[in-house]
Amino acid sequence: MLVLALDTATPAVTAGVVALDGDAPPELLAERVTVDPRAHTELLTPHVTAALDEAGVRLDQLDAIVCGSGPGPFTGLRVGMVTGAALGQALGIPVHPVSTLDAIAYATPFHTSLLVVTDARRREVYWSVYCDQGWRVAGPHVDKPDVVAAKLADELEPIGVTEVSGPVAQQHAELFGLTVLPTTYPTPVGLVGAAAWPLREGAEPEPLTPLYLRQPDAVEPGARKRVSQA
Amino acid sequence: MIVLGIETSCDETGVGIVRRHADGTLELLADEVASSVEEHARFGGVVPEIASRAHLQAMAPTMRRALDTAGLELSTVDAIAVTAGPGLAGALMVGVAAAKAYSTASGKPLYGVNHLAGHVAADTIEHGPLPPRCLALLVSGGHSQLLLVEGLTEKITEIGATIDDAAGEAYDKVARILGLPYPGGPPIDKLAKQGNPRAIAFPRGLTGQRDAPFDFSFSGLKTAVARWVEKHEATGAEIPLADVAASFQEAVADVLTAKAIRAAREHEVDTMVISGGVAANSRLGELARERCAEAGITLRVPRPRLCTDNGAMIAALGAHVVASGAKPSPATLAADTSLPLVYGS
Ligand SMILES: Nc1ncnc2c1ncn2[C@@H]1O[C@H](COP(=O)(O)OP(=O)(O)OP(=O)(O)O)[C@@H](O)[C@H]1O
Ligand SMILES: [Mg+2]
Repeated sequence: MLVLALDTATPAVTAGVVALDGDAPPELLAERVTVDPRAHTELLTPHVTAALDEAGVRLDQLDAIVCGSGPGPFTGLRVGMVTGAALGQALGIPVHPVSTLDAIAYATPFHTSLLVVTDARRREVYWSVYCDQGWRVAGPHVDKPDVVAAKLADELEPIGVTEVSGPVAQQHAELFGLTVLPTTYPTPVGLVGAAAWPLREGAEPEPLTPLYLRQPDAVEPGARKRVSQA
Repeated sequence: MIVLGIETSCDETGVGIVRRHADGTLELLADEVASSVEEHARFGGVVPEIASRAHLQAMAPTMRRALDTAGLELSTVDAIAVTAGPGLAGALMVGVAAAKAYSTASGKPLYGVNHLAGHVAADTIEHGPLPPRCLALLVSGGHSQLLLVEGLTEKITEIGATIDDAAGEAYDKVARILGLPYPGGPPIDKLAKQGNPRAIAFPRGLTGQRDAPFDFSFSGLKTAVARWVEKHEATGAEIPLADVAASFQEAVADVLTAKAIRAAREHEVDTMVISGGVAANSRLGELARERCAEAGITLRVPRPRLCTDNGAMIAALGAHVVASGAKPSPATLAADTSLPLVYGS
């Protein structure tokens, strides 16, 4: 089957066409990736068109869409989600959301257990932990890096995490005391690989809800301030 | 020609569809709106992140409803228009990204258009093409402007604007002072009907000899209302809410119409369009009708449903843009909070 993969949950604008056949691992046909946190709206659909052209695949030949659902800083994340939802609706094909962290883990060749971290701004990171079988065993969460380090040493200690990947892995590797693996941004193959089960089974897609992990910043107004001098 | 319009600049997810006939008249085929206004109510104003989240959830269902209402499929429309600005950046982005995806999937050309020009275009759905020159008074939650419109797709000049709060914003803030719910326009309008508009002489902003004749200011008015209420609270007297609402409303309607009439005279136009959410205000409509009639000006106000944010007005503007022969927006279209009023300028 032919799958379009999209992700805008990190500074990367990612679109790719992937073949998923039988039990074979996903195979990349073409991809377009630009790392620019301010170009998500601008570049995502041009990237879709360019990847399809290079792959020699027409939109009406697609069987499904896989869309990274974050976690990610709010604004950019929604570009990929709404693009996936609208393309799926217009083409009449299923759209499967998949955690962006799961997609990064799928594409990371790791040995023991893996931590994946992406930038959550406000000096925090989004993170998940994967066991040596590839399953997610913790996350996704959002925390300060030192909180993640403390958890690795404490409640997550039995899992034996030794490696870290993701766009901000290098930045925090020393604090975490982990070996950095080179996979950074989510890839089309990682996205499709992480959604391989529902794709192969033809399962009903999960609802297309972004993993925000934070509440909107909004405070209810208190008592009205007086304008007159007391 | 059939054009579909998408609007997400504030807290309304709108999808509208119009057919434009050869004579320039429009036929409304669908006008679907999903609003997140209730989610903002307890915060007393629109929370951008809440609005953006709601747009994402509402986009596809609103599109479905609009196409079903019109009995069309995306493949049977001729073009897609979307609000590309001005508005809340994160909210605009959802509509623009969706519109690009619908355009890519259907192969239909996409036009990124201006929200404020869309408010003016809303009137052409109901009352047909605009004359070659007219004046538009645009009064909404985020804007209060006087525009000289010399062709919706050719030349729109801002001749005045608010220097602080928008008229709708003043309604929303005064409603809070009076303990009325958000958005404040409708409850104040209702309450004012039982009050005396001459009970309290609230100030008319920027109406002095040396003030900019076509600019507006509503922040002083809001403060004056707050002061008046606090003074009366201090005496322990019951606040005559209806009189305060009526007097506040009178001050807003008086300033808006007086400046609009003066602008129309000065720029020698004989048609005035009032649009945007506050155009639904009953006293503004009444006073504008009276003063326009006296001045020999034809007044055009879209029905309230078309005055607040909606997709149909974007479809309407899009249809006029397509008819003007303009080129579609580039594939790299993005939200632009300072988008020019005239398409392609
Ligand atoms: N009957 C009325 N009288 C006065 N004001 C009203 C009335 N009905 C609605 N409003 C006001 O209109 C505003 C909403 O209008 P609209 O939806 O056009 O604005 P917006 O989308 O918030 O702003 P903008 O169009 O500038 O982005 C609110 O401030 C509301 O209080
Ligand atoms: Mg508006």
